[in-house]
Amino acid sequence: MAVVPNYDALVEVQLRPGIADPQGATIEKALPVLGFEGLSGVRTGKAFRLSVAAADESAARAKVEDLCRRFLTNPVIEDSVVTLQAAAAI
Amino acid sequence: MSARIGVVVFPGSNCEYDAVEAVTTLGAEADLIWHGDRSVDRFDAVILPGGFAHGDYLRPGAIARFSPVMEAVEEFARAGGAVVGICNGFQVLTEAHLLPGALQKNRGLTFLCQTVELEVANSDSILTRGVEIGTRLRVPINHFEGNYTCDPATLEELEGNGRIVVRYVDNPNGSVGDIAGISNEAGNVVGLMPHPERAVDPLSGSTDGAVLLRALVESARRVTSRN
Repeated sequence: MAVVPNYDALVEVQLRPGIADPQGATIEKALPVLGFEGLSGVRTGKAFRLSVAAADESAARAKVEDLCRRFLTNPVIEDSVVTLQAAAAI
Repeated sequence: MSARIGVVVFPGSNCEYDAVEAVTTLGAEADLIWHGDRSVDRFDAVILPGGFAHGDYLRPGAIARFSPVMEAVEEFARAGGAVVGICNGFQVLTEAHLLPGALQKNRGLTFLCQTVELEVANSDSILTRGVEIGTRLRVPINHFEGNYTCDPATLEELEGNGRIVVRYVDNPNGSVGDIAGISNEAGNVVGLMPHPERAVDPLSGSTDGAVLLRALVESARRVTSRN
């Protein structure tokens, strides 16, 4: 297995559909006050960036998805989306 | 012989001395357990106290559940040992999958620090054994993420099997089913957001928390006398 990180991962964690997001709702309520029109459906979340060392992209994805399931999300209330790209060569 | 109750101290716990003081007042022997310890065998009951374990980074309880002591706590709970999580301790128990569901940010997005009225909904958990269902208790809450949530099937299971231990009379945080505390299936693991340990001394305004903690001390004492 590669020791040098060869993939960059972006993990976006969001509340599952149907789970109330009071933070998003509060932000949305502030929008008209600030003069923003035509914006709706505000949902808040978290993003994590990390570097991954793995044999190939599917191994890298499996590793990061395992991390999401066991640690980065609480599956009772949160989902995650993993985006991978090859690390820029130095 | 007195019941021996251990109170876990994570980095960032802040209610451990209140818990020790409260159960000692009620006749137990209590001691602290550092989160790096790997055994809880010398105790009859374990309390995970309130606070901000590991800074509540990522999510409350998300990192605490990987503290070395938690493996021992899980083993202790699986063997039928009494485990109570109060506030942050409840969050740790859900993250550790010892209790179902999750604690979200309060509806209304405010940190709540007030005394609330609870209604006892089960008289067969380690925290409510012998307490009549419907008993009302005034106990403080002090949390930002206390809004209990779970999927509908879990809620049905909690409701149907008497696993809701205490409910809010006037729901302060949006918890589904007015849930303030729940138990596992066997009733030996209980988590609740309110702080019974802060309502034992008359100086703190209410002594109703003693009703719950006395039941815990009694449950633990029965374990002691069996050994």
